[in-house]
Amino acid sequence: MIVTRLAAATRGRSPVVRIGLLVVGLVVAFGLPWTIYPPVALDITAWALFAVALDLLLGYTGLLSFGHAAFWGASAYATGIIAIRTGLPFYVAVLGGAVVAAVIALPVAMLSVRRTGIYFAMVTLAFAQLIYFVANQWRSLTGGENGLQGIPREAFGWDLTDSFYFYYAALPLLLLGFLGAWRVVHSPFGRVMVAIRENPARARALGYPVDRFKVQVFVISAFLAGVAGGVYAVGHGFASLQEVYWTTSGKVVVMNILGGMGTLWGPVLGAGIIVVLEDYLATAGIDAVGTITGAIFVITVLVFRRGIWGTARHLLARARRRGRPSADDADDAADAEPLTQEPSPTPAPQA
Amino acid sequence: MELVQQLFNGLVSGSFYALLALGLSVIFGMLGVVNFAHGAFYMLGAFGAFVLLDTVGLSWWLALLIVPVVLGVVGMVLERLLVARLLRLDPLYNFLLTFGLALILQDVVRLRYGVASQPYPRPALLDGSMSLGLFDYPKYQVFVLVFSIVVSVVVWLVLARTRVGMIVRAATERPELTRSLGIDVRRWITPVFGFGIALAGLAGVLAAPMRAVNSSMGADLIIVIFAVVVIGGLGSVFGSVAAGYLVGMLSAVGSLYVPALSQSLVFILMALVLLLRPAGLFGREEGVHA
Repeated sequence: MIVTRLAAATRGRSPVVRIGLLVVGLVVAFGLPWTIYPPVALDITAWALFAVALDLLLGYTGLLSFGHAAFWGASAYATGIIAIRTGLPFYVAVLGGAVVAAVIALPVAMLSVRRTGIYFAMVTLAFAQLIYFVANQWRSLTGGENGLQGIPREAFGWDLTDSFYFYYAALPLLLLGFLGAWRVVHSPFGRVMVAIRENPARARALGYPVDRFKVQVFVISAFLAGVAGGVYAVGHGFASLQEVYWTTSGKVVVMNILGGMGTLWGPVLGAGIIVVLEDYLATAGIDAVGTITGAIFVITVLVFRRGIWGTARHLLARARRRGRPSADDADDAADAEPLTQEPSPTPAPQA
Repeated sequence: MELVQQLFNGLVSGSFYALLALGLSVIFGMLGVVNFAHGAFYMLGAFGAFVLLDTVGLSWWLALLIVPVVLGVVGMVLERLLVARLLRLDPLYNFLLTFGLALILQDVVRLRYGVASQPYPRPALLDGSMSLGLFDYPKYQVFVLVFSIVVSVVVWLVLARTRVGMIVRAATERPELTRSLGIDVRRWITPVFGFGIALAGLAGVLAAPMRAVNSSMGADLIIVIFAVVVIGGLGSVFGSVAAGYLVGMLSAVGSLYVPALSQSLVFILMALVLLLRPAGLFGREEGVHA
């Protein structure tokens, strides 16, 4: 079964579709600040990269990290500290922040991969909370509850006070992050990730050091989350405890499941929807973000597990098969529901 | 002396960890579901007591009886309506579902009561302090500790000694085999889920007179509870309870010697356990039960 799934995954879409999607994506990325308020545009793009970073783990490797705020937030703080104390261009600060995130991620990953499935989620969540407490306590460095204020938007003396221009200054960095994620997924390494998701025991039997791969994906994912978090912090001019809090981890997970995990485009879409929705709620003065985010979680998980992108792809694939009656069922495996790898601890009771 | 007193404080806060971890573990054992909304139900338990007192003037003692039963029923309805739909799938879906529920419950309470803490008086009978030989200690805290130990022991006895407990344990260990012996495992899923929720509610009622009653009281706590059950071994009833008291004492003693780290100690302990004994202090090896 794994072979057919891999084959199906390798087959991919036609180059026309793929390039078409890429062009649409780039047009949206470049046109965003013209159509909506530029700070919101930056939020969307930064969150989109954060969501894609998590997708590497959640969608492609089948590991639910519920503590990714730790890396987004750690980088937000580290980026801010570098930018404030050295005055280097924000590109350097963001990369420095992302490296800090990756360095923190390494021990977290090495400990977390010792458990799988639901435990992995709980353990990553707990480690993220540890980072949160550190950020809260280490006031001299992080500003504690006040957060880190006054992060400069410095880059070679350019005038970036206007968020419109800052968006374009930051965009290349974020696009490089997307490109990195895309390369990881469409590489032999990415195939192994999917193999681990589909059947970790078999991947191990084939000679892949599964845990080492998981750690590597985790660190890459944390690095990309760090790039996103750093840009976000520079864009806002501050880093707060909110960035390392578990609600932030939850938010990036909901972006993934709403958009469709394991699709790269889905999380981008999910990020766009959630950020725009939150912006709308804030502007409209509706103070119920928790209820609405929670409802999205509940509804998506109950009726919509493939997410928007995954559902669209599934429907397309089905429509295509209808015109091709000889198609075998194996095709379906490619767009099977995500998260089916870990056998449930108590073999599912008949409900 | 200060150390002994601090250890005692730790046991008292450990009582809450133990009761919550116990409920979480029982649910996990039977359903394979990690209930993220456990902290939210703890919060609802405290609010239940507050509302009963505030609106109809029901005493804390009655709340201690009524609130867990009501929340247990709510939990059973929830299991039937939502959780049951996802039981056949990867347990992560129910984790996400209950996360969403936790967000909703917490936000709804916040919208209704705001973020400020609600006052809740100590029951008159347990007001004041008593002598414990070495030092004086608030009566209420002593009651919480004793009560939580009694509840834990009773749950353990039910699981270990009664026919119901035997069925639940069998269904946890070998569901197919249990079914093939002619036992209807399904019948027990909903009640066990409700029971776990009732325990969370009970912990909430216990917390009302001594902790701040507000909408976010369960939010950070649930993450500590996750660390507790990882330390104790999720699904191990004894392990969860023991780890609960252990973590309570560790944090309390930690706040004496390394105050800056007291909140982080539980997570550091979790890291150590993962390093040295990944299945948890009292857990069995993965593959058998996880």
